[in-house]
Amino acid sequence: MKWLDRQRCLMDFTLSCVWRRKGKNLGFLLVYTLIIFVVCSVIFFSNALRRQADAVLHDAPEMIVQKMMAGRQELMPLAHQEDIASIRGVRSVEPRVWGYYFHPATQTNYTLIGRKDFRHGDDAVEVGQGVLRTWGAVQEDKLYFRMVDGKALDLKIAATFSAATDLVSADLIMMSQATFRRLTGMPDQFATDFSVRVRNPQECTTIAEKITGIVPGARPILREEIVRTYSALFNWRSGYMIVILSAAILAFCISAWDKATGLSAEEKAEIGILKGVGWGTSDILGMKFWEGMTVSLAAFFAGVIGAYIHVFFFSAPFFEHALKGWSILYPSFRLRPEVNLFELAVLFFLTVVPYTFITIIPIWRVSVTDPDLVMRQG
Amino acid sequence: MRRSSIYLGFSLSCLVALGFLCFIYPHLSAEQYDRVLAEQKRVVRDLQLTDLCLFSEARYTRNLSQADWHAPFQDNPMAFDTFPSGSLVRPTVLLADDTP
Amino acid sequence: MIELSQVSKVFNPGRHNAFTALHGIDLSIKTGGVTVFKGPSGSGKTTLLSVIGCMARPTTGRIFLDGTEITGLPERFATLTRRQTFGFIFQNYNLIRGLTVLENTMIPAYPTGRNYQEIRQRALELLEKLKIESKVPMKVEHLSGGEQQRTAIARALINDPAVVIADEPTAHLDTELSMELLEIVNDLKNEGKTILVASHDPLIFESTAVDRVVSLRDGKMIDQETPR
Repeated sequence: MKWLDRQRCLMDFTLSCVWRRKGKNLGFLLVYTLIIFVVCSVIFFSNALRRQADAVLHDAPEMIVQKMMAGRQELMPLAHQEDIASIRGVRSVEPRVWGYYFHPATQTNYTLIGRKDFRHGDDAVEVGQGVLRTWGAVQEDKLYFRMVDGKALDLKIAATFSAATDLVSADLIMMSQATFRRLTGMPDQFATDFSVRVRNPQECTTIAEKITGIVPGARPILREEIVRTYSALFNWRSGYMIVILSAAILAFCISAWDKATGLSAEEKAEIGILKGVGWGTSDILGMKFWEGMTVSLAAFFAGVIGAYIHVFFFSAPFFEHALKGWSILYPSFRLRPEVNLFELAVLFFLTVVPYTFITIIPIWRVSVTDPDLVMRQG
Repeated sequence: MRRSSIYLGFSLSCLVALGFLCFIYPHLSAEQYDRVLAEQKRVVRDLQLTDLCLFSEARYTRNLSQADWHAPFQDNPMAFDTFPSGSLVRPTVLLADDTP
Repeated sequence: MIELSQVSKVFNPGRHNAFTALHGIDLSIKTGGVTVFKGPSGSGKTTLLSVIGCMARPTTGRIFLDGTEITGLPERFATLTRRQTFGFIFQNYNLIRGLTVLENTMIPAYPTGRNYQEIRQRALELLEKLKIESKVPMKVEHLSGGEQQRTAIARALINDPAVVIADEPTAHLDTELSMELLEIVNDLKNEGKTILVASHDPLIFESTAVDRVVSLRDGKMIDQETPR
């Protein structure tokens, strides 16, 4: 109890001292908070996106088979469909007919998908929400395309993908396969690639090897590899945010170091006074400990809570620009909130603890000086 | 009011808020996110999609996992030719594994 | 009872700028009463006070406080003794700028682990007794010299020390304020406190409140007198 009373008194004193230089200290706190906010946002965002990708792509085709020629992807002849289907263990082989469409007016890339069983007929499309947002003038629910031969084609928007699926469907324009072939000029006996379903997922590798033997230039891509690609993608340590941030963090470290270590003459004199009126070295270190702790803990809390709200409630609007990059279209999605406590703990130990330490260390030297200095200053 | 009381009150409410956000809110909102996830999975299954629609500026970023071997992937985060997605994105595992 | 035996203090010993501030002082001060150390500046008054007050260690010699030796105590215990036994009023008050009168008064009590409300109550009582209760929420840099000194006195008394040490308390005060200070000193004396004052102000050492005057010159005691 006595210990607690003492610590709280030291805290009172420290807070009063911090408060008398509000402007400077609040400014510092703001920068500190901002850094934690951004770092924490990156961690939250990339982890949540990685988890989301993991979960969503779990239902991706078990295997995609592309055809390569001279190091480039080629159209896949439908003739190979039977060959692959006859491999033991293959449940189904389905040609995927898809491609990209560049819309010059808005400088946007869209993904076209041609479906055999498209429900809305040959002069209609089903589009993602992102298409509606970016296409520009959508008149009478129609999209105007420029076909491969230069002629115009207008297709009615018959349906849209639900906004909830934006993360995977934002840029999709789905149409019948006939329309797709007319629009892009893809010949009838070809598809973009095959998606292969297997009976036993453990046989994927064996089947993939067999496929490369049967289809010349085949390049099978396994679902496992797709998921791994996305896991590697959101590895926050390799993110450019961290690279850019490292400069800011470094600058912050310098200022924190300077602020914490450079004791002003005034501070030194005050420590002398405290010693003179009966404070011991441990009391002064305790007081400084609370100074470092209160400032960095406040920044930590504010930064982490802010990052949580930023990422999970507002879907990280500050990162949208960065992720968007040169693309025009950006999906709107909400990430499932989930916090990795280990990472929070790491962040805590990388921010709060070092700052507290660099506040205490320079005091050590000053606080062991003889208290009679304060008498001799008279 | 003591300053330390104000500060401790602030810290405690932050801790409670953080605890709520970390442990309780994810459960409260789980159903809603499960629904969204189920719908996304349905689309992925249905349309046999392989990638997230995050970077649509080029085909090797739109369909990361399907990219060509020669696609201009960046292997260091300061690479600027398809900045910034190119610098966010590492070479796919496929590419790394299959390098001759 | 404070006893000094053969106390010397050398600053920067063994170096070319070595300076002996006190030469073999033998002195015994009774509990209670006002003792004034007088002498020109540089005579060792302040050094003597800080040696007695456990602020500096004597180079040689021993000091006893109520029969217990306090020379050579480890830092922790020296701090404890200083906090519990002595209250200091510094020449230039040494208040902490930016903090209020109340906060400044409470500072010496913070490390004691006493209950906050108790400390606060004690501080308010002291400030009331010293007639600056109206300045309690003010920051110390906005006070007049006399008020600052009263704050410093309240701070010195917060831990209820047996001995109050004041270094040149009238240095920054005019006559009227000095007389008021002497009244305060007299009150403290009547409460049974031992008061040690370093001063070369005749107003102090000629005052009737003073029980004993010790003259110092060049770090040596030259004579002792008792005014009455």
